[in-house]
Amino acid sequence: MTTPADDARTPPDQDSPDTWTLRLYVAGQTPKSITAFDNLKRICEEHLAGRFQIEVIDLLEQPQLARGDQILAIPTLVRRLPEPVRKIIGDLSNTERVLIGLDLLPRAH
Amino acid sequence: MIPARPPLAKSPTGIQGLDEITGGGLPSGRPTLVCGDAGCGKTLLAMEFLVRGATRFKEPGVFMAFEETAAELSQNVASLGFDLEALIAAELLVVDHVYLERSEFEETGEFDLEGLFIRLGFAIDSIGARRVVLDMVETLFAGLPNPLILRAELRRLFRWLKNKGVTAIITGERGEGLLTRAGLEEYVSDCVIVLDHRVANLVSTRRLRVAKYRGSTHGTNEYPFIIDADGITVLPVTSLGLQHIATTQRVSTGVPRLDAMLSGAGFYRGSSILVSGTAGTGKTSLAGHFAAAACARGERVLYFAFEESPSQIIRNQGSVGIDLAPWVQQGLLQFQATRPSFAGLELHLTTMHKAIHGFQPQIVIVDPLNSFITAGNETEVKAMLMRLLDFLKLSQITGFFTSLTAGGSPLDNTDAAISSLIDTWLVLLAIDAGGERNRALSILKSRGMAHSNQIREFLLTDQGMQLRDVYVGPGGVLTGSARLTQEAQEAELALSRRQESERSRRELEHKRATLEAQIAALRTEFALQEADALALIERHQAHATQAAQERSQMALIRHADTAAADTTDGDDTAGRQP
Repeated sequence: MTTPADDARTPPDQDSPDTWTLRLYVAGQTPKSITAFDNLKRICEEHLAGRFQIEVIDLLEQPQLARGDQILAIPTLVRRLPEPVRKIIGDLSNTERVLIGLDLLPRAH
Repeated sequence: MIPARPPLAKSPTGIQGLDEITGGGLPSGRPTLVCGDAGCGKTLLAMEFLVRGATRFKEPGVFMAFEETAAELSQNVASLGFDLEALIAAELLVVDHVYLERSEFEETGEFDLEGLFIRLGFAIDSIGARRVVLDMVETLFAGLPNPLILRAELRRLFRWLKNKGVTAIITGERGEGLLTRAGLEEYVSDCVIVLDHRVANLVSTRRLRVAKYRGSTHGTNEYPFIIDADGITVLPVTSLGLQHIATTQRVSTGVPRLDAMLSGAGFYRGSSILVSGTAGTGKTSLAGHFAAAACARGERVLYFAFEESPSQIIRNQGSVGIDLAPWVQQGLLQFQATRPSFAGLELHLTTMHKAIHGFQPQIVIVDPLNSFITAGNETEVKAMLMRLLDFLKLSQITGFFTSLTAGGSPLDNTDAAISSLIDTWLVLLAIDAGGERNRALSILKSRGMAHSNQIREFLLTDQGMQLRDVYVGPGGVLTGSARLTQEAQEAELALSRRQESERSRRELEHKRATLEAQIAALRTEFALQEADALALIERHQAHATQAAQERSQMALIRHADTAAADTTDGDDTAGRQP
């Protein structure tokens, strides 16, 4: 199965401390997960151009990862780097809240 | 959708007592809701369900914890004898801690709980689980936004569990006016078990009730349960039934004359004996006799003391000549001394169960039985004692109970109203008479034997309990000094009778001697007379002979006429004339 993740791996310099490592957990190619991926890609390209890495995990293929990464809701976006870890659930349709969740916008907005 | 299964298939929980109440366990392949206040034992019940399933019924299980971590869980239940790590290593158990921290989440748009489904499904498939626990699944509502989505997803989750065919327990905390805070009972409607934790009379009691069990009959009462080192034990209030075997074997009471009153042989083995009496009538001493006699036979005695400490009992028994200390040293006698208020009834009962299981005694003594009773818990005490008696009878253990009768109440009254459960009932009385207080004993009943109906006075001497002879006076049984007086009078009477008969025997002897003397004198007299008579006869004969000789001599001298001589002394003449 091909996920949208395959063509999204555009890491320019992976080891740079500035590089954001983002993981999107989905369960198959549902409309929600496709929407979420599209939204994520758009937001990253707008706000983190050139310094982000998106990894899409399909739990249908790797169910064991759900436990290790404490995933319940689908889709879930996990910001693994920079720390601290942030989690955003939902299809990422509210850009402002995604930015807040990723600490790209101040919380006390 | 739902796989076809036989109606009312049940999965045994393996929890002592719960399977009795539910008639075999929880509904197989369906979710059961276990709810109650914080700290009432929900998590433990759920965990025991999995552990027993894994160890006894070959049904691996998945524990999904929404509150506690796996490490915390295994630590918490280790004190109850569950080794989660070993079960996990043996692939009989999966513990998955679902970590939810609201502040770490941001919600943007639609989501579902597919991740949870995948996670649970993966855990189930990885060990072939047949049982699932979702512990405090409601915390999802606090951890995740959008309750509407959550409700829909939970509904889907329970349906999904049913489709999986796993037997599940979902725990939830009691909410305002609802069984659970999130109203989970709306989704889980096959079986609902409510746990409760109540404090009454400063003693806390846990209770369990099956609020609902679709398609099955079940016990509807509230059943007390306890949590201890062996997990949960639910105590069905009702008795198991009357199926114990009655032996004809007898055990001595330790007081020979009391054995004699019980048709010569003492109590039946495996029977329940109650000794009731007012304060200071010797109940514990009687228990001591019984214990000492049993130990002397090599039997094991378990003594539950609720009023005195073991050393106090041993000292006091020593004062009436019963030495219990050697039996304790030899391990034949074991004391279990606790204050009744130390724990709730259920815990007491279970501690007793465990002690009995551990020590395997032939005789169990409970001294006193009614110390459990506080205001308003008679029914519970009775239920508890019934359970205890049943258990003892089933195990063929002779139960010896003392019961303190409050002063002024009828003698055949026991506070616990357990008289109907008792086989042999001894009543110890204090008889007030003649300015004294004396102890007496009677057998109120003894099933299956021809027992004495007498009221017997007894003394507690330094050789133990001594039953005295019965003296019935005009005002009833004589006791104490009245009995001593009676005894003295009887002794005096007996003495004078003895003296009288002695005297008449002597008189008779005298008469006999006199008579014999008389007979002897008469004999002597007769002998004298006889001798005289014989002598006379002899003399007369001698005289006659001599006269004849003289006559023939004379004739010879005179040459008397031969004819004449012939006629008179023919022989002589013929002899001389050849």
